[in-house]
Amino acid sequence: MKTITEQKSFDQIQECLEKDEKVYIIGCGTCATMCHTGGKYEVLEMKEKLQEAGKEVVGWMVIPTTCDDLTNDALKDQADKIEKADSILVMACAFGTQTVASFSDKPTYPALDTLFIGKEGGEFGLFAEVCQQCGDCVIAYTGGICPVTKCAKGLLNGPCGGTNDGKCEEDPEKDCAWTLIYKRLEELGKLDSMKKYYPPRNHQKVDKPGKVLIGSREESE
Amino acid sequence: MPKPFREVLNSGEFVVTAEIGPPKGTNLESMLHHIDLLKDRIHALNVTDNQSSVMRFPSVSTSIMIKGRGGEPVLQMTGRDRNRLALQSDLLAAYYGGVRNVLCLTGDSIKVGDHKEAKSVFDLDSVQLVKMVRTMESGFDLGGNELEGAVEFCVGAIVTPEANPIEPQLMKFEKKVEAGAEFFQTQAIYDLERFKDFMKYARQFDVKILAGLVLLVSSRMAKFMNANVPGIFVPDELIDEMANVPKGKGNALRKGIEIAGRMIKEIKDEKICDGVHIMAIGKEDKVPDILEAAGM
Repeated sequence: MKTITEQKSFDQIQECLEKDEKVYIIGCGTCATMCHTGGKYEVLEMKEKLQEAGKEVVGWMVIPTTCDDLTNDALKDQADKIEKADSILVMACAFGTQTVASFSDKPTYPALDTLFIGKEGGEFGLFAEVCQQCGDCVIAYTGGICPVTKCAKGLLNGPCGGTNDGKCEEDPEKDCAWTLIYKRLEELGKLDSMKKYYPPRNHQKVDKPGKVLIGSREESE
Repeated sequence: MPKPFREVLNSGEFVVTAEIGPPKGTNLESMLHHIDLLKDRIHALNVTDNQSSVMRFPSVSTSIMIKGRGGEPVLQMTGRDRNRLALQSDLLAAYYGGVRNVLCLTGDSIKVGDHKEAKSVFDLDSVQLVKMVRTMESGFDLGGNELEGAVEFCVGAIVTPEANPIEPQLMKFEKKVEAGAEFFQTQAIYDLERFKDFMKYARQFDVKILAGLVLLVSSRMAKFMNANVPGIFVPDELIDEMANVPKGKGNALRKGIEIAGRMIKEIKDEKICDGVHIMAIGKEDKVPDILEAAGM
């Protein structure tokens, strides 16, 4: 599982940095490197672009895993350079960017949009969403295929009328999740689970923002 | 006063309903004309809910208006734009306004409509929506709270007999029956032989089936639907029949009316199903002509 990101447009990035002259750039050696959105190459490319746009890049680094607390040590290590910057531009997922923001007193801006939790597969450079972290996993009854993530409408009780030849009404390239589920359950000899009625979801299963203290859930039950 | 729709469904009479599509805006002139034209000719007027995910005048207000004008409305409700709070409160408003029939649908994808960046809701799917109505009839809302004054509705749903693969659709159809749907409208059908096969299956359930008919206006439209509308299959013979119409204003439309009339007559005479639902999409004023072509 990786956090899949894409770069914001340069215009959007420039808008954040509008009033800043000196910028420090942070990339991430894990998911953003894999997505080619915030690895060393992209950080250096961003440095060039910002310089062309008249900014001074006072320093940069690629932290191995920006979301980790060790980021604090990396920031301390680079403190003399970061000190000179008006702001930090983070080329990591929202988690990494928030981690930097929590450890630094400099304004911190994301250079990336965080899209989804997914995996790489099928073909090179293709990332697909696998889980929406809904807090109420149903795949025991759907052949291990998640309708919340894979069905464009997140339907729980079977396909809508928009499905056609196993594809989705939104996009003929997109598989209909419920056709996949049907075929899988048929293979498994478990079509009966498709007849099960799913009541409306509990959308408060995970409060916003999500927070879990291990053991506390059992105690409250 | 029109007969309550449930009474019509259970009377054994051949049921005819037609679709009313509210406009985008507050000029209701044309829609009200269609309503007045049809309200005494057919058993119920079925009002679409932001059809094709295009923002329009609401189905709840239109349905109440139909009631006020002496017609029998069927309120379409989709789960696409409203969560369970909004759906339930709209249903209370509809009931208070005299609406007694509701058709529960999933709703088209936001992406096919004219507000492509909107948040799609789908808090309830079509099966859960049917069940929601039944829960409210028992005097409680979905939160388990008691209602001060409950509702009572004749509840319908949708089925697509031409879907491929068909099995998952039928499983969902059965879930809708189980949840309490009393009648079903089908997606548009054009091949009556294939529809008869579906009806053999559907007859084992204690529900009424209305065959959906979309008025063909050109062979191009038929080909377009075959290529782009899921679950619609216009056979080649019908496409040819439309294509072979001599050129001239209104000829293709007249042919479409003739075909729709012929199909309705066959469905009625052979008692293939319990009735028809006519979707004339923008040509609602032709519904009386279709009925005439059907000998009704």
